[in-house]
Amino acid sequence: MSDAPASARDVVLGRIRDAHRLAPPPDLPYEAIARDYRRTRSASTDELVELLVDRLVDYKARVRRTTPDELVATLAAALRDQGVQSVAVPAGLDAGWLDGSGVAVRRDRPADGAGLTVAELDHLDGVVTACAVAVAETGTIVLDASPDQGRRLLTLVPDYHLCVVRADQIVPDVPQALALLDPVRPTTMISGPSATSDIELNRVEGVHGPRTLEVVVVTSSSDSGM
Amino acid sequence: MKIGLLITCLADAMFPDVGRATVAVLERLGHTVAFPAEQSCCGQMHVNTGYQKAALPLVERYADVFAPYDAVVAPSGSCVGSVRHQHGLVARRFGSTGLQDAVTDVAGKTYELSELLVDVLGVTDVGAYFPHRVTYHPTCHSLRMLRVGDKPLSLLRAVDGIRLVDLPDADQCCGFGGTFAVKNADTSTAMMTDKMRHVLDTGAQFCSAGDSSCLMHIGGGLSRIRSGVGTVHLAQILAATRDRPYAVDQAHATTLEGRA
Amino acid sequence: MLGMPTLPPPAPRGVGHLRGDESFPAAARHALADTQLRANLGHATRTIRAKRASVVAELPDWEELREAGRQLKVHTMAHLPDYLEQLEAAVTARGGVVHWARDADEANRIVVDLVKAKGVDEVVKVKSMATQEIALNEALEAAGVSAWETDLAELIVQLGHDRPSHILVPAIHRNRSEIRRIFLDEMGDVDPDLTDEPAVLAGAARLHLRRKFLSAEVAISGANYAIAETGTIGVVESEGNGRMCLTLPKTLITVMGIEKLVPRYTDLEVFLQLLPRSSTGERMNPYTSMWTGLTPDDGPQEFHLVLLDNGRTQVLADAEGRDALNCIRCSACLNVCPVYERAGGHAYGSVYPGPIGAILSPLLTGVEDNASLPFASSLCGACYDACPVKINIPEILVHLRARHTETYAEEHRAPSAEAVAMRTLSYVMRSPLRWTLALRSGRFGRLLGRRRGTIGEVPLPVVKQWTETRDLARPPQQTFRDWWADTHSGDPS
Repeated sequence: MSDAPASARDVVLGRIRDAHRLAPPPDLPYEAIARDYRRTRSASTDELVELLVDRLVDYKARVRRTTPDELVATLAAALRDQGVQSVAVPAGLDAGWLDGSGVAVRRDRPADGAGLTVAELDHLDGVVTACAVAVAETGTIVLDASPDQGRRLLTLVPDYHLCVVRADQIVPDVPQALALLDPVRPTTMISGPSATSDIELNRVEGVHGPRTLEVVVVTSSSDSGM
Repeated sequence: MKIGLLITCLADAMFPDVGRATVAVLERLGHTVAFPAEQSCCGQMHVNTGYQKAALPLVERYADVFAPYDAVVAPSGSCVGSVRHQHGLVARRFGSTGLQDAVTDVAGKTYELSELLVDVLGVTDVGAYFPHRVTYHPTCHSLRMLRVGDKPLSLLRAVDGIRLVDLPDADQCCGFGGTFAVKNADTSTAMMTDKMRHVLDTGAQFCSAGDSSCLMHIGGGLSRIRSGVGTVHLAQILAATRDRPYAVDQAHATTLEGRA
Repeated sequence: MLGMPTLPPPAPRGVGHLRGDESFPAAARHALADTQLRANLGHATRTIRAKRASVVAELPDWEELREAGRQLKVHTMAHLPDYLEQLEAAVTARGGVVHWARDADEANRIVVDLVKAKGVDEVVKVKSMATQEIALNEALEAAGVSAWETDLAELIVQLGHDRPSHILVPAIHRNRSEIRRIFLDEMGDVDPDLTDEPAVLAGAARLHLRRKFLSAEVAISGANYAIAETGTIGVVESEGNGRMCLTLPKTLITVMGIEKLVPRYTDLEVFLQLLPRSSTGERMNPYTSMWTGLTPDDGPQEFHLVLLDNGRTQVLADAEGRDALNCIRCSACLNVCPVYERAGGHAYGSVYPGPIGAILSPLLTGVEDNASLPFASSLCGACYDACPVKINIPEILVHLRARHTETYAEEHRAPSAEAVAMRTLSYVMRSPLRWTLALRSGRFGRLLGRRRGTIGEVPLPVVKQWTETRDLARPPQQTFRDWWADTHSGDPS
């Protein structure tokens, strides 16, 4: 052992070991932890879509349903109804989605040194992205910064977020969503628009994040059961 | 079945009618009960105030006195809670392994009155008569430590003549909490005030519960403001019959002199 | 090589917000007389209790989730050194820098030095219990750095020169009119026609903070959890102020207690279900952000993680109390607590109010520095039922009461009056003869209250505390045991 003063790291770790020796903790191996909660629920696509939509609406997100054939028209209608004239999109968003929408599209390409600045984003009306996975039971959209979702600030600074969810991306619950995600990717889980309950416990939608969240759920005609 | 009676120190000293009522109900149902005079107190007050070691002789005494019985019954969810959850703690800290075993054994057969009646003896209709408007406060230790659930209510619903009215926010603590009532007298009183408000809102003539301690607290408040609403222990309702009705005029004074 | 283990130190005095100026009963007395506070608290706790109950009822496996949460925490605490080292390695591998802080002073020094090195004089902050505990804002202020709280409630508290009173909704003691007044008085850029509509007030906060978000160079956050396996840190929030702080500034400094660890990423499936439902009463909070070290082109390009002890290791050395470290700061126990509902958060004197505060604060500081807190409970047990990780708060309260009386006895030659009373009572009660005689003597109490049949105010210690607000029943003529002897004397017993 050297005479150098112990580092804070060594001191803290030493304290924990001392605490454990003074009061030995119960032995509970990781593998023995009881996991009797639901982890493998299944539901039909129809049920998942219904539940997701119900939960999104409950937390004040706007929802539109469409089919792959109608997607472009649905997105155009959503942007028109919101009065959006300019949007940011991530580098990997399907180029055809905003065809004919009439809005000015700014593509964020940070890898090519052409990333949008915060100031630029602040002057755009909205952002359009895809998602990584959606959780029906909690009404949650998960973004993992994949090319069709982009950097985190993209969906944060503009005041309107239009997000496309394919029916096959919807899972029943949180355990099944996490199983599909990669922990090292920057991940944002979004459940309804920004909200606060800080004033007398009244829920108010829209504080710092986008004040309007609109979700377009794309079901193939066979999913919709019609 | 040999039933031992834990009458609790509070009922023994201050509310003997609750003990007499417990005896009356069980005897009416054809059971023989015994009151071992060597008993005193479960020690809950000591443990809850931070004097665990002072509780040790009381824990030892309890295990010793009630070892011979098939079942022990007390008209108090709180004291039974102490026997089940605190005696083991005191025994582990200060007692021998022999005491720990004895405590576990006796705790396993100690019941609150409604538990004994419903779970062990299998009755809900005990043949009682109580023609009054009553609201029931499920005391915290019965509710959350013992999980007696709706056993007391099922007993009350079977009482002839009773008009049972729901107590709003019934699961909220009345603010007694043992020495909490004196150490934090202001907060305790604030809690009691809300409990009294809910009791008064029901328009009931009596507030009933399974613990003399909580009733002493709520009843003390109701008496102080001259509300005219009385408190009555579950056992007292179950003991009352057409032939021997509950003495209403004595209710709020809680002492029952001249009734023998 | 291993010597005798020594008890780790408590959180040091003189820094941070873990100790109050008054005892709980004294502080509660002021709060109980505040009609506005009582109305606000009553409304707020009632609202959130109902929300929580309804979303918890939606999950058929709630109890199984609670048990899994409890076991995960118990397991983690038993393997803390391994998991902390694993976390450190994972964060470092992904470009982050890990710092260790023995106590509040050291953590504050680390953060101040990091901020000063960036040459900035203001930082934006995400609401964090750990940084409140160590009084980081005050330390930054002393170093000439303005720390802007960006959570709406924290902003209300900061602008009002006030203290937080709830873990989740720190301005729960304020109503809309008070908040409007604070904004008008303290927010330089506010619209003078501001109304007291919550949506309008939230809008004012958005405008006020937006410029700061868009220009801040450094952000400071806490952490709701850190995954040992991957080095991933998570922050759950509602307003988006968290995302702003975690995403826009170039430098991010996160301060977290060493207990906020979760072994593996999969384990979030438990906590992400337990936390929002217990906390805000929502199925999921609006935003959950997770990051692992640095990501090129996305978010901060410099990340510091400060791991804080500040008394936690001493809590770990208390076998009966250490489950307090399992707390995930949801605040469900506050909302169901009848004492909190009436006395409010400030009465607890610490940043950790309510039932969890009544155990965590004395455990972190040593019981004698917060000796009134373990007694600030009627032991009704509602907190234990509500706790998503099943911390047996009533049992720990009782344990800490014993620690207090036993410490007092060790440190004082003369026993307290209460200790004498308890010992005497025990002495009397353990002997049937003495107990019977004592009960008979109790009948002298009958001399009181002859007129009304009950006893009114009596100016004796303890009795006075009772009889100030409640009558006392007159002792009966005959104790139960005397009645039994009269009527059942022939019975076997």
